[in-house]
Amino acid sequence: MAHNRPKRRLVRTLRAIASWLVALVVFFPILWMLVTSFKSELEAFSMPPHFVFSPTLENYREILSRANYLHYAWNSIVTAGGATLLGMAVAVPAAYAFAYHPTKRTKDVLLWMLSTKMLPGVGVLVPIYLICRDLDMLDSRLALVIIFALINLPIMVWMIYTYFRDIPYDILEAARMDGAGTWQTMFRVLIPVSRGGLASTALLCLILSWNEAFWSLNLTTSSAAPLTALVASFSSPEGLFWAKLSAVSTLACAPILVLGWLSQRQLVRGLTFGAVK
Amino acid sequence: MSARIRKRPERLLAQPAIIMLLVWMIVPLAMTLYFSTQYYNLLYPGKSSFVGLENFAYFFTYPSFWTSVLNTIVLVGSVLAITVVGGVLISILVDESFPGQGIVRMLLISPFFIMPTVAALVWKNLLMNPVSGLLAWVWKLFGATPVNWFADWPLLSIIIVVSWEWLPFAILIFVTALQSLDREQLEAARMDGARGLAVFRYLTLPHLARPIAVVVMVEAIFLLNIFAEIFVTTNGGPGDATTNVPYLVYTQALLEFDVGAASAGGLVAVVLANIMAVFLIRLIGKSLTAR
Repeated sequence: MAHNRPKRRLVRTLRAIASWLVALVVFFPILWMLVTSFKSELEAFSMPPHFVFSPTLENYREILSRANYLHYAWNSIVTAGGATLLGMAVAVPAAYAFAYHPTKRTKDVLLWMLSTKMLPGVGVLVPIYLICRDLDMLDSRLALVIIFALINLPIMVWMIYTYFRDIPYDILEAARMDGAGTWQTMFRVLIPVSRGGLASTALLCLILSWNEAFWSLNLTTSSAAPLTALVASFSSPEGLFWAKLSAVSTLACAPILVLGWLSQRQLVRGLTFGAVK
Repeated sequence: MSARIRKRPERLLAQPAIIMLLVWMIVPLAMTLYFSTQYYNLLYPGKSSFVGLENFAYFFTYPSFWTSVLNTIVLVGSVLAITVVGGVLISILVDESFPGQGIVRMLLISPFFIMPTVAALVWKNLLMNPVSGLLAWVWKLFGATPVNWFADWPLLSIIIVVSWEWLPFAILIFVTALQSLDREQLEAARMDGARGLAVFRYLTLPHLARPIAVVVMVEAIFLLNIFAEIFVTTNGGPGDATTNVPYLVYTQALLEFDVGAASAGGLVAVVLANIMAVFLIRLIGKSLTAR
């Protein structure tokens, strides 16, 4: 055993180094985007690339003043936030009913909800587009709020359901014994007890809505366009503004990245519909 | 638990969610089905008429359609293979504790939170541009001719970008799953002289079987819908080299305004997705009864 130890330590060191290398390679595009956002347009485009340069905040200043970044950011906040609120308001009662008052068909209903998640967007693109056109809801934030809430609803119901299922029933019963009604039990007992799970569910919905691109690209043009659409507008071949693209991208991704880091463990549960914990 | 209280009103709490999803699913799908049998072009309103299966016939004989189906399959298949194999290897690599393990995991899952339009444009411009991209510089460093990624290898480029976005998801799931692998069992196997590969083959891989299945299915749902990455980089081209089914339907509907044909294409996408869905539902249904 003893003569094995140095070899073991070497293996562990190599493993740690390899892990760090892989992680840096995977993370590199994000890092490079961040670095480029502090370059001038000329430096961003230069070859060989500048690794040392004097950082400038010019791109950020330009974007905030000229590209109307705040308008798009506000649209993202309103649509993702609105969808999260709407989704939670519908999903929490549903999960409550499924977890504590199940019927014979509850399992089938849950699986059916899941199956709606698999309906591809393009399958309903034409009718949704026409409905929005006829209701005068093209390029409207309300349409995005409703659609984002709907596409995330199955995940939210599932995720909250798995959290509720883990709460000992005795806690609820004790509240009932004290004479609390359904709403009181839900608001005074269930929601406080499961606030961690509910928070991560809301967070997942926020992240998925913030990054959603299919509907926001197809249903908005300008007044309701969120950040995904603003970034997409940098795709035209004439306007090669790499530094500004990087600055916009950094601003658009930073908040979600931080939220994602904070909630990575809980996200597993939601993204796998409770199948992996 | 269920037998103890059975009050009807509480079950009604599930109704809003059920009704909303029912409407969301049935109304548009019924409309798609209806439109798919119509000649209906938004440029010539009022001229719509019933044409039976003509739209499907049009789609099935349209060369781009089969290319798009093939592209969809290649895209989904390659990204699945890359992310699952890469995800298993990387999650095993970072499983044992080492200095900075927490930070390494944070870095590894980061791309998952980057919005698709950003991921695609950063890769296309900052990294893969044949003149000023960083990869071109790396290639030159080794004396090679820089690759013109999106022009010469369009589908491969899209696959690389999408794999980068989804590899973190696989890593995240597998890392979580590995944590529940019994350490004592692992140590015991090592004591018995089981070497790395045997441990992997007989202990780790069986333990990961279900997480792998889940990753494949969940990713497939999202990968069948890849749109933004193509929209901001290649516009489906050159030619139809990177046109997948969602992108083809989009061009039919919102660029050529052919509602009938687009609806027929949309239904094809629905059928493709349903084939995946059947497997996933069965898998998750099992885990639900297992508890």
